[in-house]
Amino acid sequence: MSISPAQPAIEVHGLRKRYGTGDAAVDALKGVDLTVAPGEVVGLIGPSGSGKSTLLKCLGAVIEPSAGRIALSGKPVYDGGWRNRDPRALRRDSIGFVFQAPYLIPFLDVTDNVALPLMLAGRSNREARQRARELLTALQVDHRAQAAISQLSGGEQQRVAIARALANQPPIVLADEPTAPLDSERALAVVRILNEMAQHYQTAIIVVTHDEKIIPTFKRLYHIRDGQTYEETGQGATLAEPPAKDR
Amino acid sequence: MISLAGRDILHSWGKYVFTGLGLGLLIGVTLSMAGIYRGMVDDGKALLANSGADLWVVQRDTLGPYAEPSSLRDDIYRSLLGLPGVLRAANVTYLTMQIQHGSQDARVMVVGIERGGPGEPRYLIAGRQIERAHYEAVVDVNTGFKLGDRIRIRRHDYEIVGLTRRMVSASGDPMVFIPLRDAQEAQFLKDNDVIVNERARVRTNPVLNPPGLPGMAETISRSQESSRMVNAVLVQTAPGWAAEEVAATIRRWKRLQTYTVPQMEDILIAKLIATSARQIGVFLVILAVVSAAIVSFIIYTMTLGKLREIAVLKLIGARDRTIAAMILQEALGLGLIGFMVGKTVATLWAPYFPKYVLLEPGDAVRGFAAVMTLCAIASTLAIRAALRVDPAAAIGG
Repeated sequence: MSISPAQPAIEVHGLRKRYGTGDAAVDALKGVDLTVAPGEVVGLIGPSGSGKSTLLKCLGAVIEPSAGRIALSGKPVYDGGWRNRDPRALRRDSIGFVFQAPYLIPFLDVTDNVALPLMLAGRSNREARQRARELLTALQVDHRAQAAISQLSGGEQQRVAIARALANQPPIVLADEPTAPLDSERALAVVRILNEMAQHYQTAIIVVTHDEKIIPTFKRLYHIRDGQTYEETGQGATLAEPPAKDR
Repeated sequence: MISLAGRDILHSWGKYVFTGLGLGLLIGVTLSMAGIYRGMVDDGKALLANSGADLWVVQRDTLGPYAEPSSLRDDIYRSLLGLPGVLRAANVTYLTMQIQHGSQDARVMVVGIERGGPGEPRYLIAGRQIERAHYEAVVDVNTGFKLGDRIRIRRHDYEIVGLTRRMVSASGDPMVFIPLRDAQEAQFLKDNDVIVNERARVRTNPVLNPPGLPGMAETISRSQESSRMVNAVLVQTAPGWAAEEVAATIRRWKRLQTYTVPQMEDILIAKLIATSARQIGVFLVILAVVSAAIVSFIIYTMTLGKLREIAVLKLIGARDRTIAAMILQEALGLGLIGFMVGKTVATLWAPYFPKYVLLEPGDAVRGFAAVMTLCAIASTLAIRAALRVDPAAAIGG
């Protein structure tokens, strides 16, 4: 999906999600509103059970919302129902994911892990690997392009995971606690990389986090509580250079 | 698109190859069982082909001489020679027995033959045909005997003067050819104690030894002690005569059971080894089910070990068919390794079977198709499990 700078990368209005029916029904999301511009990194924080994961799954087209509207780059993708009959194609073409753990495919090397989403989208192996090498260079892990996943450090694996999320040039990347297993230095390095990549590729990134270390780095934060979002302007603290061992 | 299955196999090739090796040994046993059945059929066909006969004349209402006992007087062949369409006819006896070979026992089929007649081994790999009237033998090389060895059959020793190959009974026992007279004695002549006892019985029976007829008891005893019986007469038809036509003449005018080659094949293959064939068939089905179950469990277990990766694949947009193809290809790869190992080991260990194991290329092709089909079917359980994986499992929460 092409990114139009004039449009928000993602717009969410009145998003609701109800689990179960009747007396057993639980409203996990009660009308979430959220807007992220291209190249912007926003934080999404909230206590356990507040609806963060549900929101992430709805935005990631993993589960279907009950009501509301989601638009990517100005084009509605959910409006009471998925516009595309196959949400999997939406995930493949328009959404990138970064997980708490890198969750790379262990039987593929670094380049093919990054190239895989492109190959799944129908690009040729050559084209996909070319794009993967560009991303690995941008993320400074190109020297490990042919390495097996098991040979990478935790920080390197997380960078490869970020490269994979950006492979299809999605308008939006959803990062689920990407710094949870990392120490402060590495956590801040990852956020720095996310900011750089968002700027470089004009991709909006939503970072779900509990991590107190990185919360001050966001210029904009969404709090989610009882299924509703509240926007707050963050501090946007300056990010230090990444530690040498992770470069 | 890269081959996800290929990369996964290369990534954990040790586990994969050793699993394929285990499966291959099982497939090797399956192919060997099929080979044993083929060997039995081939033994039967070799038995008929090597006899050089067009017709088997046997005792009436029997399936002799291989499937049922059959006894004929040994002078019947003379009358057969006078019938139109009969070129040659020769008596033959068959007796399966244990013989001593050094300190070991060997089970053989002793065949009594007439020199130069149908039934004589047609090709020798060493030595010569039987030329003396008594105490010479030609043996199949699988008996383990060598030229010049002596072999004891009943009361007499025989010198081995010739060696032949692929001359086996329908049960796969190697053949020992000896002169007809010796074979008749070995099969039909009673031992000395029995003869003495029988003579005493005849003498003390007033009906068989009446006063005034002093030679009668002696005559009766001699007739009981004779060994003038054979199991079958092998007939070669004259050129231009159809075997069935000559057989019909023998049945009509001599009132003897006569079988042509196709009829004898039917007796040997459809009747004599029918039970063994069914036994092997059931065993093959069990082995196929066990192989399928093993492949199914292995692929299922391997898939369960990749559920997180499968969830990630789904989350980044892999289609169901991509994931199903990966699992199917891994199952087929396992089948391919298993088949190659199975075919190799079956070929390597076939010569060590005591009976002939015939591994036909057609069976290998059918076996390969069956293995791949079973592997494809066996992968469905794992594919079902993989397709049920929720992509949300990669996100958590």
